[in-house]
Amino acid sequence: MPEPITGRRARRARRPRAAWLGWLFAAPAVVMYAAFVLRPLTLTVQYSFYDWNGIGASKWVGLDNYRRLFTDSELFATIVHAFELIVFFSFVPVLLGLFVAATIRGIATSRLATVARTVLFLPQVIPLVAAGIMWSWLLSSTGLANELLSAVGLGRLTRAWLGEFGTALPAVGIIGAWVLVGLCTLLLLAGMSKIDPALYEAARLDGAGPVREFFSITLPSLRQEIGVSVTVTVIAALASFDIVYIATQGGPGNSTMVPGLEIYYLAFSEREIGMASALAVALVILVLACVLPVQRLTRDGSR
Amino acid sequence: MIVGRRETLVGRVLLVLLMAVTVVPFISLFVTALHPAGTYPSGLSWPDDPQWGNFADAFRSAHMGELLLSSCLIVAGVVPLSLLFGTMAGFAFGHLRMPGHRIGFLVFVLGLTLPFEGIITPLYYQVRDLGLLNTRWAIILPLIGLFMPFSVVWMRAHFVTMPDDLSEAARIDGAGTWQLFWRVHVPLAMPALSSLGILLFLWTWNQFLLAIVLVDDPAKRTMAGALGAFQGQWGTDIPLLCAGALLILVPTLAVFLVFQRRFVAALLQGSIKG
Repeated sequence: MPEPITGRRARRARRPRAAWLGWLFAAPAVVMYAAFVLRPLTLTVQYSFYDWNGIGASKWVGLDNYRRLFTDSELFATIVHAFELIVFFSFVPVLLGLFVAATIRGIATSRLATVARTVLFLPQVIPLVAAGIMWSWLLSSTGLANELLSAVGLGRLTRAWLGEFGTALPAVGIIGAWVLVGLCTLLLLAGMSKIDPALYEAARLDGAGPVREFFSITLPSLRQEIGVSVTVTVIAALASFDIVYIATQGGPGNSTMVPGLEIYYLAFSEREIGMASALAVALVILVLACVLPVQRLTRDGSR
Repeated sequence: MIVGRRETLVGRVLLVLLMAVTVVPFISLFVTALHPAGTYPSGLSWPDDPQWGNFADAFRSAHMGELLLSSCLIVAGVVPLSLLFGTMAGFAFGHLRMPGHRIGFLVFVLGLTLPFEGIITPLYYQVRDLGLLNTRWAIILPLIGLFMPFSVVWMRAHFVTMPDDLSEAARIDGAGTWQLFWRVHVPLAMPALSSLGILLFLWTWNQFLLAIVLVDDPAKRTMAGALGAFQGQWGTDIPLLCAGALLILVPTLAVFLVFQRRFVAALLQGSIKG
């Protein structure tokens, strides 16, 4: 779409003909986004007010599906599970990442750290499904986890970690923590490398130890990176699907059922489209409700 | 920088420990894959008689060749188009700044946090009504749409840093907006574009939910989606399952190791901007 250029006016002045041109450039993205994200999203909201099995006639039920979400203990439990996963997917990687990054800050440019950068990224690169398969094997009754326990004399503790009610959810959490800890460590380390070394020198001269240093220099300077790590990991926890699907399929019982997997089962095996959609709407809102405050707290108006 | 000797040592030990925790699952997978099919090997023991044939068996029984081709076709459908559309829109929102660009951009930003599960149900019916169920288009088209928020936000972040003078100079030389975009801005956007390309490749290749919902035939899925089916089929034969899982890891690992610098940079920036 060639367009004759006639105006030689000042920089910010907009030619009337060119004004709409930007939308032409944005059009393909807008069309794809509208067709395959905004439209289904609107339909999710619409379906959530209906009782529909996907084939026959649908029946308007108002807020009944949402009411069930809060009264049906099985459904509500999925949301509780998602929050429990945040502990493993978010808190553990971010805290561990902070600790490790602060400890290795001094050797961040060494050869070892360069190798570590590649190694720690491996879990981010592989499909989550593969991580799930790997860990199902490690955590199985004859897997490495139990071997190690027996080797250090804790043979009493061995069990099928993913198969017992009490341990299945934490075990799934461990898989998530394994996937995310490297990313968090490297993100935080990258943030630390931007801190002016003079600050640390000054602190040392004032006699501050590593602990003081961490709380008065490192932590405050990392506000943005911490915000990013928390955001990414919280979304990963709330919207978890792949790992749970592969490792436990929600079981034993419903002890590891998370909203993402429940939506999948409700929609595609139990044919409760309305209920699945209500849970989907709840999930979308839940993610926003968790992520927006974090963004507000940690962004200093830079965007 | 003043760093104590002891601190350096503690740092090294900690780093090695963390690397070990990261790598051990891979090693366990590899060692297990070498045990005779159908056995339940224990932990990290090296088999007496390594069964290298397991990889060939897994390759054959999972139709790995077909899967590789299928994944490549899906990537070839998703990545170039997403890059093109994302760049054009990023250029519009970041550089042309047409009337209403703020609101338009905000609508894309809001899509950044959307979990795929949030739209998967209507997406299924929509794809079915389009007659695309069980074809690769069922994965390709929705993925392009789902990648738009990130691609647009990513590319806009690049284009806002481009000075207006640059375009002004090109315009005085008689370039239309279309030429300005292709001749001046796209070449300058190459670093941002290639990082985005890497991320989109990875996310497409590893896509699982869309693959298992929208495509029944594992041979038309992504690698990750097919692995799910493979688990269902071979879940009881641990060594073979491990061999299959390893084979499926290899392509992404290979790409990662070849482009690792770009990759690490892209992933770190990617999470910051996302």
